[in-house]
Amino acid sequence: MTSPFAPVQSFTPFTPAAGARILSFGGHQPGHVVTNDDLAAQVDTTDEWIRSRVGIISRRIAGPDESVTDMATVAGGKALAGSGLSPADIDLVIVATCSTEASIPNASAVVAHRLGIAAPGAYDLNAACAGFCYALANAADSIRAGTARHVLVIGAEKMSAWIDFTDRSTCIIFADGAGAAVVGPVADGEPPGIGPVVWGSAGELSRNITIADRNSSLHQEGQAVFRWATTAMHPIAAQACERAGVAVSDLAAFVPHQANLRIIEAIARKVGVPRERLADDIVHAGNTSSASIPLALSRMAERGDLKPGSPALLLGFGAGLCYAAQVITVP
Amino acid sequence: MNDQEILAGLGEIVEEIAGVPADEVTPSKSFVDDLDIDSLSMVEIAVAAQDKFGVEIPDDQLKDLSTVQDVVNFVSKNAGGSA
Repeated sequence: MTSPFAPVQSFTPFTPAAGARILSFGGHQPGHVVTNDDLAAQVDTTDEWIRSRVGIISRRIAGPDESVTDMATVAGGKALAGSGLSPADIDLVIVATCSTEASIPNASAVVAHRLGIAAPGAYDLNAACAGFCYALANAADSIRAGTARHVLVIGAEKMSAWIDFTDRSTCIIFADGAGAAVVGPVADGEPPGIGPVVWGSAGELSRNITIADRNSSLHQEGQAVFRWATTAMHPIAAQACERAGVAVSDLAAFVPHQANLRIIEAIARKVGVPRERLADDIVHAGNTSSASIPLALSRMAERGDLKPGSPALLLGFGAGLCYAAQVITVP
Repeated sequence: MNDQEILAGLGEIVEEIAGVPADEVTPSKSFVDDLDIDSLSMVEIAVAAQDKFGVEIPDDQLKDLSTVQDVVNFVSKNAGGSA
């Protein structure tokens, strides 16, 4: 008698690795560009106001037929191709997201199936805009523990699905996209390429960024979040550098969550990173929550802005309020 | 710390954050209307003022402080009592 189901693959633990590193990046943005003037035609705002308050010139918005899972699959596929690995080499897929259309099935199992990755561990992770840094830390820990050898980490968001496009305080900020990284073990004797994570949360401030229920839009207390991010985040970033043993002056790049250009410029000043080393992908990508850091990294890598082997500081922060930072070695 | 010292300190903060020359930061000036400072810069100024004067200016109070003199008064009033 034959079963209609594919045989369940047995899981064999791996040899724990001394450390993990990023092998490649991949990014994807929807094709539809929305300019500030497009938004000014819908709500009471102007190009000048948006540029001065949040630093965004244009963003990409997904159409009704492009889901979080679709974008995650494209970005994940690019990272996988860039890694030189085959789908069979991936043992774990983590999708950081807070904006999936449905909570079941999770995005990660579907993305893995579409990419031809057979029977990996697969879970979605919600730490909002800090999600990619959380997922990267989990990936590195799994490789060190021997529960995975190669991990596909994706941040993917369709924030536009949760935005009220008559609310000028949020519709000018949030956007859609996906970014990904393939993570693997370091060779014996090599230093880790993903530094110790510094993470935490401030649940007492959670009311400042909310989506009340499935029929509601994102609400943000902009000033309170601005104050928190510009006062509480730079010590987290500095601590991640300390724990990695990297001097701030040696950082090749600082890639914070692309929340708002004014927030990240203020954090960079306080951390002591010169403006030219600060990622400013938000200018043409908007705030894509958990996708913003890997999207920025993939574009910087494509442009040749990131020297392989150099250290880059990542800092995610957002709803929860959750935050995480770590130093990575550029692949 | 007298009002003159607070005013001088506030002028330095405003110059650093908003690029407005410190000598233009005079008591009767409105942050929004005269000095062209937006709400996010006001938050940055409040944070810097806390570091400099040791006086916290919460968001719900900040919205009522429209002139330079308002901030000087708030800092002056709260500097003595707290800490």
